Amino acid sequence: MAALYEGYTLCGLVPGQTLTNSGIQGIEAERDSDHVVVTDSTRSVTLYKVSDQKPLSSWTVKQGQTLTCPAVYNSQTEEYVVVSDNKVIRIWKDEDILLDKAFKATVSSDVWRVHCLPGGEPVVLFQRGAVRLLDSLLSAPQQPIEEVLAQEEAIRWSTNIVADSQQFVIFTTEQKGDSFLYLHRLNPNTLQRYRLEREEPGLSPLSFSASYRDKHICLLYLYPNGHVYQSVVSVRGLGGDEGAQALPLPRSLLLGLPVGEGLLEAASAQLLDEAHVAVVGVPHPSAGAGKDFLCIWNTNFQTLQAGKEMAGKIYGQLWTFSNKLFIPHGKTLSVIPYECPKSSLASALGKLKQAKTEEFKAPACVPSWNNILHGDKAQPSRPAETRKTRTNRKTQSAPSLTVDQVLDFTKTAPVEEVQREVEGLLSRADIQDLQPLVGQLASMLVSRSLADPAFYTPSTLAQLVHTQSLCHSVCPDLVLLALERRDFFLCQLCLQFFPDIPEAVTCACLKAFISMPDTEAEKLSLEPDSVSFMETLIARERAPVGLQNGFSSTSTDQDCSDALGGGGRVVIKTGEEDKEKSSTPPEPICPVGLHKAVLLNEVLLTAYSDTFLLPHLKDLSSQHVVLFLQYLQFLYLKYSQDASPQMHGLRSPSLTQIMDWVCMVLDAHFTVLVMTPEAKGLLVNLHSFVKSQVRLVSELGKIEGSLQELNKMKVKKDVGQYSIEIIELF
Amino acid sequence: MGEFKVHRVRFFDYMPSAIRAMAFNSHTERLALVRADGALEIFNFADHYFQEKVIPGQDGRAVEALCWVGQRLFSAGLNGEITEYDLENLRPRYTVEAYGGPIWTIGSNKQGTLLMVGCEDGTVKMFEILKERIQFQRNLERQKGRIVSLSWHPSGTLIAAGMMDMIRIFNAETGHATHRMLVERGVGASKSREVVVWSVAFLSDYTIISGDSAGKVQIWDGLTGTLVRTHLVTKWDVLCLSVSQDESSLIAGTSEGTVVQFQFISSTVDQQEEEWVRTRTFKNHSHDVRALAHTETAVVSGGMDTQLVVRPLLDKVEKNTQESAMRKIALPHRSLVCCAKKAGLLLFQFPDHLEVWRVGESDGHGKPGDSLPVKRKPEKLIQLKGKGGDHIYSSALSPCGEWLAYSTVSSVRLYRLQYNNISITKVSKLPKDLCLGHQLCFSSDSTKLFASSRHSSVIVVALNQLECKYLHTLKPKSGSRQPVHLLCTSEDGKWLATANTDCEIHVYDLHKRKLHCTVPIYSSCPTAIAIHPTTSHLVVVHADQQIFEYSLVQKEYTEWSRKLQKQGLHSLWLERDTPVTHVTFSLKNPAHIILHDMFMFCIIDQSLPLPESKTLLYNQMTLRSLPEQERIRHSHAFKICKNFKHVMCVSLLEDHSLVVAAEPVLHYLSEVSKRAQTTLSQFAGQYIHVMGL
Repeated sequence: MAALYEGYTLCGLVPGQTLTNSGIQGIEAERDSDHVVVTDSTRSVTLYKVSDQKPLSSWTVKQGQTLTCPAVYNSQTEEYVVVSDNKVIRIWKDEDILLDKAFKATVSSDVWRVHCLPGGEPVVLFQRGAVRLLDSLLSAPQQPIEEVLAQEEAIRWSTNIVADSQQFVIFTTEQKGDSFLYLHRLNPNTLQRYRLEREEPGLSPLSFSASYRDKHICLLYLYPNGHVYQSVVSVRGLGGDEGAQALPLPRSLLLGLPVGEGLLEAASAQLLDEAHVAVVGVPHPSAGAGKDFLCIWNTNFQTLQAGKEMAGKIYGQLWTFSNKLFIPHGKTLSVIPYECPKSSLASALGKLKQAKTEEFKAPACVPSWNNILHGDKAQPSRPAETRKTRTNRKTQSAPSLTVDQVLDFTKTAPVEEVQREVEGLLSRADIQDLQPLVGQLASMLVSRSLADPAFYTPSTLAQLVHTQSLCHSVCPDLVLLALERRDFFLCQLCLQFFPDIPEAVTCACLKAFISMPDTEAEKLSLEPDSVSFMETLIARERAPVGLQNGFSSTSTDQDCSDALGGGGRVVIKTGEEDKEKSSTPPEPICPVGLHKAVLLNEVLLTAYSDTFLLPHLKDLSSQHVVLFLQYLQFLYLKYSQDASPQMHGLRSPSLTQIMDWVCMVLDAHFTVLVMTPEAKGLLVNLHSFVKSQVRLVSELGKIEGSLQELNKMKVKKDVGQYSIEIIELF
Repeated sequence: MGEFKVHRVRFFDYMPSAIRAMAFNSHTERLALVRADGALEIFNFADHYFQEKVIPGQDGRAVEALCWVGQRLFSAGLNGEITEYDLENLRPRYTVEAYGGPIWTIGSNKQGTLLMVGCEDGTVKMFEILKERIQFQRNLERQKGRIVSLSWHPSGTLIAAGMMDMIRIFNAETGHATHRMLVERGVGASKSREVVVWSVAFLSDYTIISGDSAGKVQIWDGLTGTLVRTHLVTKWDVLCLSVSQDESSLIAGTSEGTVVQFQFISSTVDQQEEEWVRTRTFKNHSHDVRALAHTETAVVSGGMDTQLVVRPLLDKVEKNTQESAMRKIALPHRSLVCCAKKAGLLLFQFPDHLEVWRVGESDGHGKPGDSLPVKRKPEKLIQLKGKGGDHIYSSALSPCGEWLAYSTVSSVRLYRLQYNNISITKVSKLPKDLCLGHQLCFSSDSTKLFASSRHSSVIVVALNQLECKYLHTLKPKSGSRQPVHLLCTSEDGKWLATANTDCEIHVYDLHKRKLHCTVPIYSSCPTAIAIHPTTSHLVVVHADQQIFEYSLVQKEYTEWSRKLQKQGLHSLWLERDTPVTHVTFSLKNPAHIILHDMFMFCIIDQSLPLPESKTLLYNQMTLRSLPEQERIRHSHAFKICKNFKHVMCVSLLEDHSLVVAAEPVLHYLSEVSKRAQTTLSQFAGQYIHVMGL
């Protein structure tokens, strides 16, 4: 969910503003994300450090002169550029104190705006539509400036965008109630004119916002009736017939905002990212007709994500730089930090399945919110294995049954034949087309297996799961069936491939895994990747281990004894414990067998939500809880000793996942554990983990602080033993 | 006002010596302080903590303890000797061998009749204090192991002695030990090491307080010899203790650089019974706190990091006043740099040697704020090692740079320097009268040497190529016995001014060879004096930061001085906590007075209006930002430049360039912090490596 955070005041506004004029002409980004240049509507330009809420310097033109365009900062030359009295371009540097002494150049035509993006060159847009690079303009300030716009056509809004190292000046104009969009490309110069579709008569856009995305320029505009439209213009198609007829600009309605009574007067909409728009001056849908709200809307879901009432008058002005909104309201200019994380149902409801999505993206055909919303273009690749079998079967070209025949067939045929036919079917057709079929097949097989205890087709089911076209919701009984038939391999596959296993089922799996005798587990054949991970982890048990990551088993031991000594009266040490402690630091020993551990890892890797998991976790018996905790502790110890075993790209739970589970199991069973004598040592150990973690974090904090200090110190330049300097006294 | 070319000199790497011991005399409000090199310093706490006297040390004299007996000051050290100082002539008066091996501690009884020292051989030796000397009286019962600390019960009947692993109580009359209190050793590895009782204090209610090397402050019952309470205050050593006069507060200095305060109060509101409760911890030192003094209002501490810190106790002084501000005294309150203006030479005075440097040259011009290219680097011409183990008291270089004089407690030495091929020749035959020189000074034409001698007199010696001849002695009429601490002559050679620690300023007419006048005595001690080259006005700056200008011709304060007194100095000027140590004038502009303290230098333009109480005193930044024509309206007489820290000398050369010698102490401090930094960054680097960050 997008969120608006607590705002703070950057500066007060000049008193005496009118309804439409906040006293601020413009805000531009400065050298980094923490500096902005604010130009007021009369005479002065102020540089602010945003996080300090503090002006760093300020420049003013003489009385009688007016600034007619917001100052911009040219990061390449570290200069500021502003225009006063429409025609005088002024350029100065940070160290210049007086604007009057700074560089000045008078141009022959009225300037509308100077634009400059970080990394781009400053561009001057004239009121009559001509565009010049500042450098070339200054080389001959009095050069003639052509008229681009028609009579009675006036610029309403403009901006500057850098797209693929191409610089664009975009501006909109209005002429007799019609709105036009101009796209001016620099070097080589081309100009394209578009006509905006007419809204209700007499309405012209209140605000514009433009962004560049995927080789398209995306223009967002808000009408007084609350409609927010988006138009997309390809950058590629530019050029061609220059200056010709205005092309019609297609638009799509993004949002229909509630306007309350009457039309919007002072409102603005700003694109935040591809899915979020910040709107100011529009009523909150659930707070009456007052228009003094700042809202973030999600354009995909058309939902309101965050809203904030702004005290005082809203001027319909809004700027955004680096996750901060700048909004003048009442008598202040406020800065409101915001956040627009990618929305996904999983992130909203619970833990994501794989935290490290970038490295490890499980191919899936199952529709996921992430893919749908964010246009995940990655084509799901089918498992190579299936493709191979497919080609094999194709060459054999055996007479095969149709889909419907197969479906009927599965209802009655014996196990072997069902297996063969399904296999054949899967290898024949493109699985993507078969997605509904796979679901049908699976649920049919599952229901038949449930009804008939003698019927079970483990390999077919495994194959179906492997297609990754299945999910839990398609055949909800599959996992339970696998558990019932003690087909743990299938369970593992389901846990691995199903994105939507309910917490209750996860818990049932956990219960089944942990109660399974090790001897039985070792007979299973499991997914090789996960097995090899556990093998390496356990094999490292005996290898000499370096002490890393701020954790050493000896220090844990000390901590234990500290804890015992400090809280001494609570925990009574037994002689045996003492003996253990005094001997060499014990290697963590895996409390469960290899295959059992593999299965448990699979549980740790599933997605879940705490709230739903917790009640089901309580069903575990205390004996199992202790065993599970011991296993989690073993993993934690292993992880802390070795640099990072999960780096191997194998299926392995992350440290956070382990810790989350530890916390949850403790939450669910704490009272029981406290009463259980054999859990005592475990709890003490876990306590010491927490202590060591807290200490590690605090030490890291200290180091961070020290390093920051070091950085500050380095700034001081080393002056030699002797220098001859000039100082001036006044 | 204009631009100045400044020779910024940082190669005077003077480093003060560590503070070893101190003693506070609450009657005279003088703090005596001794440093690791044996130098003794006297600070007047009643007069803005001004360092009024210094007695230089000596090679091999390691003073361990100091003790005031009335106005008399005794010290004892590891060389086994007891020394009484002659504070009028600034030299040791006599030295007595105690014959007990190294002496660790010294103390006196409340009546001031007896002195006792604790020796390495386990004896406590009593000396009777006579008018002119001290005389051995007897030994107390000899113990096994050294006596590290001593404290006499105010009644004079009992003596507590801190030793190794124990505290002994002696009956002062019989000399027998009555109690033996064992002090517990530290835990862990230090268990095998003897614990040293570094300090003991015997209070009038027979409580004994001890501080030891195991980091404990312990409270004992001196009558029964039992332990009452133990406070563990540090992992390392508690090195010193000091108790307030009314015995309600106690401070302990540790080798972690902290000072811990204990107060004798009831620990809960409703409880009647009072006990020693740990109340505050001060951390003003980076290294060991070796010496402490508890004055009525402040904690005074010093140690390895060489700074003297006066930390007022906020329950004893009014808050947010100048009195409540903490003071750190890092540099001596006198000039250790002498500048030969005509020759462009600098003389640096170290405790045991002198250095003569020639400043560099640059022919460039630049904007304000620029560093000019150095055409000729500064050059060390001469390094002169002091003779005979005595440290240097004062030194002077003649304006022409050809004469160099320095004095120790026992002698004055004069050298002739030549620079074309550098040579130094000692002037062998000096007049007999020239044996003492608290202050040395050459006349501006380098033909005369002035040396201040006993009872504020000044000896005048004529110099020429062939010989060095005694001319006469100038004596004040006041009969003051105090030493002269400031000496200056006028450019025209007519006047000589002296200032002594009785706050007297005498001006002599050198042509008439007699006392010309005495400036009206002001309550605060002068810290810098100078005579104006053209107007013959004497400018005096005092420890309380007041500035006076006295016309030598009219024998009265000048108009400007009266105006200044009438209007009063700016409050920020008065709040500065380091004294002005040098005053000089500009030849180019007679209205300019140049003076400096440790943190700034200031050019006073007498032609400009004085700053009023509401105007900004430090206004250079403001003036810089104003347009030229408006500056005049906002500027005032005090042009203060704070570009430099730890300023040791500001002087004007003949070519009107300024010489600023600054930042010497930082070498030491930055050395320490640099080492800490490298360790830290190495540690952090390793850590980051391990974390795989």
